[in-house]
Amino acid sequence: MKILTHKQEICTGCRACELACSQAFFRTDDRLKSSIRINNNFNTFHAIMCTQCGECINMCTANAIYRDKNGVVRIDRKLCVGCLGCVGFCSELSMFYSDDLLVPFKCVACGICVKACPEDALEILVSQSKGD
Amino acid sequence: MGKILKQIRYTPAKIERGYSNKSLYINVGDLRIEEKEVTDFMKEKFVGGKGFDLWYLWNAVTPETRWDSPENEIVMSVGPLGGITQYSGAGKTLVCAISPLTGIPIDSNAGGYFGPLLKFAGWDALELQGKAEKDLIIFIDGNEGLISIEEGEEYPEDSHLLAEELTTRFAGSEEDKVHVSVVSSGSAAKHVLMGMLNFSFYDPRRKTVRFKQAARGGLGTIMRDKRIKALVVKFKGIKPNLNNPADIATLNRIGVKYHKEMHDLDEKQNGMRKIGTANTILVMNKYDLLPTRNFQTGGDPDAVKVSPEVFITQYLTQGLHDGCWYGCTMSCAKAADHFKLLTGPYAGQCVTVDGPEYECVAGLGSNLGIFDPQAILEQNFYCDTYGIDLISYATTVAFIMECYQRGQISQEDMGGLDLCFGNAAASLELLHQMSRGEGFGPLAGLGIRRLKKEFVERFGADPRLLEDIGMENKGLEYSEYLHKESLAQQGGFALTNKGPQHDEAWLIFMDMVNNQIPTFEDKAYALFYYPMFRTWFGLCGLCKLPWNDIVPADNYKTETPAKVPEHVQNYVDIFGAVTGKIIDKDELIRQSERVYNFQRVFNLRMGSGLRKHDKAPYRSLGPVTAEEYLSRQERYDKQLRELQGLDPEAMSLDEKIAATRAWREKQFELLTDAVYKRRGWTNDGVPKPEHLKEIGMDLPMLQEVVEKHL
Repeated sequence: MKILTHKQEICTGCRACELACSQAFFRTDDRLKSSIRINNNFNTFHAIMCTQCGECINMCTANAIYRDKNGVVRIDRKLCVGCLGCVGFCSELSMFYSDDLLVPFKCVACGICVKACPEDALEILVSQSKGD
Repeated sequence: MGKILKQIRYTPAKIERGYSNKSLYINVGDLRIEEKEVTDFMKEKFVGGKGFDLWYLWNAVTPETRWDSPENEIVMSVGPLGGITQYSGAGKTLVCAISPLTGIPIDSNAGGYFGPLLKFAGWDALELQGKAEKDLIIFIDGNEGLISIEEGEEYPEDSHLLAEELTTRFAGSEEDKVHVSVVSSGSAAKHVLMGMLNFSFYDPRRKTVRFKQAARGGLGTIMRDKRIKALVVKFKGIKPNLNNPADIATLNRIGVKYHKEMHDLDEKQNGMRKIGTANTILVMNKYDLLPTRNFQTGGDPDAVKVSPEVFITQYLTQGLHDGCWYGCTMSCAKAADHFKLLTGPYAGQCVTVDGPEYECVAGLGSNLGIFDPQAILEQNFYCDTYGIDLISYATTVAFIMECYQRGQISQEDMGGLDLCFGNAAASLELLHQMSRGEGFGPLAGLGIRRLKKEFVERFGADPRLLEDIGMENKGLEYSEYLHKESLAQQGGFALTNKGPQHDEAWLIFMDMVNNQIPTFEDKAYALFYYPMFRTWFGLCGLCKLPWNDIVPADNYKTETPAKVPEHVQNYVDIFGAVTGKIIDKDELIRQSERVYNFQRVFNLRMGSGLRKHDKAPYRSLGPVTAEEYLSRQERYDKQLRELQGLDPEAMSLDEKIAATRAWREKQFELLTDAVYKRRGWTNDGVPKPEHLKEIGMDLPMLQEVVEKHL
């Protein structure tokens, strides 16, 4: 199972991760289209991103969310009907949507942001768990 | 596959701001298929959904039309908000026709995918007229632009088999089954007047067809009388922008806000995601509202045997999405999977039972004196697959059981069935008889209004007692709430357009428990506002449940918590976001008023709709029998003292019952006066011409009807 993790104590809040993510998936420098969001809380930087917990899988009203062979929770864009139920139900607040997109988006632990982080504050953890 | 009788190609209309602006007319008698324009007039006056249904129905029938006349129509429409995926409960199809039970327009609504798929196939509404000679299947393919009518004799009648077979056939593959929805009835619908319609949706997790029902008023009976075995619609490609909304950002924002509420609050409030509407069984029992043994009392110690906990832990699959349209995170369409049937033609088979909803447990359970969850679910399954409205069935059987209990009819009169309270086996056998059209089934299937006459004429029953205990109004059986102590709800049931169904008004807690509407004027306002507000759901294609079965955490701080003001504003906003027509909460009510008054005048046109037709059976208002009075003697004696200044100690039981009755019947009349006044009607229940003008419904066709009654 792959999960993106964030080291709060190292992060400087430069947001290079956000831009790398939105560029990679939506070809835009728009943090509102990033699947990782860095929040500044009195100069402590907290990352919002999917923990791959999978709570959204069974609640999906279109049966469009599944866990892939690497344990990563993914949205089947063909099946998704854009109800945004998963956005409202995500306990981590890490399922995102944009009004110009028909389906929500989330971190798929691809590692692009890890490479973009100048401080090595991000890491992809790989465990044997399948997340079931 | 049956012989194709007619097939046409069409170009599916593009949806603009919630409307396809086209409706489909099919005459199954002469196989005419026509396209009609949805006009601005229709949208302005009737909005959609039930409004469109009633408009088309009015134009199809005459005052002489009866339920089985060829010109009677079944009209279906989903409304402009129907099919949105962002807000919960937006997949309701509204269905209207002249009812076999009441002789006036019935409106009934169902979840399931049919209505939204029909709209996305290009049709805001569907009219079905005429009568075929052989069973037909009507298929609409919204992707191919194809409508076909074929012979359907070879298909099974019972819905769980029929819908599964048709879904498999028209989908063509497992992954396409979710794009197919079937409307069907069942084998009993041609033998009873309380036949209902199942609306299907395919559940890809369970890999089975599921159902919601447009149950009230005999719609399934009409469909089978027209020899329509099933309607099938197919549309692939559901996306959140298919309604081409004016403002998708607002739709998204409000939808997400609501989903968050559901996520954060449902478990603390009603637990709809775990048990659905049956969450209220023990609450109703506690407050003396759970109808027991034909509404004689409001609860029973055995109710714990059919508690929500029993169904959650022993029957209902937990943790799966159970919405009847996409995006409904209330997810209340629960199901009992792998349920083994013990009786009937499918005995021994394991099936998925859709339910039980509250009405099912209260109706097929406590109101029949049955407190066995297995028996309740088995009756639930057979009502559904046979195409029987379980509310009319339950209330009718409760009436029959009391007639039997009180010696008004005998076991022999019931063809040997021992329909005593608590006898689940006899009730199940009655259902099977309805399916086969044998024994006591067809007689019982006439419903209470006709049975009262039959029992008097055939078996010498006491007509006065039967009038008092037969829980029907306008010919429709009451739904399952004991409401003797809530005057407002007595009106909420009887002062309705279609008959006593709680979708117009449910005021018991406001009135009886919380005492928020103490005066006649307060009650009259509630019986104006809530029926209008709830009517609006039916105009738009929405479900009522997401309005107040969960409320914002700070709702109690608002001035009018019962209205759930934040959710009302949600509806105002999403109406504007979809249609581009900006309304406020007052215009929302006005939209409903137009249709509500249209329906009232429609009733007048069909020979009903007057004060005498709004009369309630006395069982609805107070204790009919000595046992009933004695079971709550302390309460009734106290009322005699405090409300009437009488001394119950100095009165005989008969005197106390008579005094209670006189007072309660008077209260109901005073309530009726106040409600009519508030609704802009005459004292005989006729909408006043000036009121019709004020709400923008001074249409000549309505004035002509109204003038005859002034």
